[in-house]
Amino acid sequence: MAYIAAFGASVPERVVTNDELSARLGRPAEWIKNVSGIEERRHVAEESVTDLAYAAAQVCLENAGIEASSLAMILVSCSTSPRRFPGPASALAHRLGLTEIPAIDITVASAGSLVAMSLAADLADVRGPILVVGTEIMSRIVLTEPLDPSVCILFGDGAGACLIHPDKGRARILGSLIASDGNFSEDLRLEDSTFQMNGRSVILQASRKIPRVIAQLLDKHSLRASDIKTFLMHQANQNLMDRVADALHVERTRFFSNIARYGNTSSASMLIAAAEWWRESPAQSEGMPFCFAAFGAGFHWGALLAEAV
Amino acid sequence: MDRRATILEIIQAVSKKKLAPAADESLFDSGLLDSFALPDMLSALEESFGIKIPDSDLNPRKFDTIERIEQYLESRQ
Repeated sequence: MAYIAAFGASVPERVVTNDELSARLGRPAEWIKNVSGIEERRHVAEESVTDLAYAAAQVCLENAGIEASSLAMILVSCSTSPRRFPGPASALAHRLGLTEIPAIDITVASAGSLVAMSLAADLADVRGPILVVGTEIMSRIVLTEPLDPSVCILFGDGAGACLIHPDKGRARILGSLIASDGNFSEDLRLEDSTFQMNGRSVILQASRKIPRVIAQLLDKHSLRASDIKTFLMHQANQNLMDRVADALHVERTRFFSNIARYGNTSSASMLIAAAEWWRESPAQSEGMPFCFAAFGAGFHWGALLAEAV
Repeated sequence: MDRRATILEIIQAVSKKKLAPAADESLFDSGLLDSFALPDMLSALEESFGIKIPDSDLNPRKFDTIERIEQYLESRQ
């Protein structure tokens, strides 16, 4: 089974506070915080999804202490590229000086990084080191007129990266589960530049599917939720993370959260959170298990279990 | 306790509001339920009526009013 060698992240410099959005939307800043837990988010100026991905990839490779030339494959999760094809994967590979390895785009929105990590964990033994990147610019989608206040407050921009290595790293991947259910594919979608979200349906499905897939994965590895010190979940909404923690009967503080500062950056969010958590808690005790989880449009969802080495 | 009374009791418990909506009144529009109270209500319905609501039935519209909840429960009998 593969290893997590390092994480990296990059967010734009520009901070957009609730006060700034409040003035534009005519809604109280406190309302934004209450419904989402978000206090501010980052929005790009001129950057592209590839720019953000490249910056996160560089940090990740530096943290891993390996050269880009060692990579055997790149998986890029991005559902907000303004270009339908090619996606940013090949452009990122080019920026990294790589022109002979597969660089594949994954467009499953919020669960994309989790799906990519799961696939990379399965493929690393065969291929070699795989760079996973989630990069999203949500602001250019949700800040188009007419604004939907319940949607545009939630999202931010950024990129996160993770290096999956076949035989060395700081955490061993124990296993993963990923799944898709197209029953409600209309309830969260980006179509012809229009973002549509049935929030009630999303929360309802996520509230059930996320705790369930985590419990299934832990059960498979004879672990209980209480054995997991840290959960790294897609940063969709603080209230949703709290609900998942409650459903698993663990303290809410075990779910690492940085949503207050970055908002929901779609598929980038889980890796941005992981990069911050890893940087803030460098001394992980050996054998300490931690668990990733994500859910998003499709619906696609999953969980991945790792332990520090 | 009859079915409607049980449903109302559940709605009041998850919403923490002692309101009695009309049977055809939207529980969302009336402010009794929000996105995060809905999953709680469905869990309580499952427990009270001894059913398991499959993911494919988790459409908020099916549970938007007391009447619709009754219809759903009827369909599961």
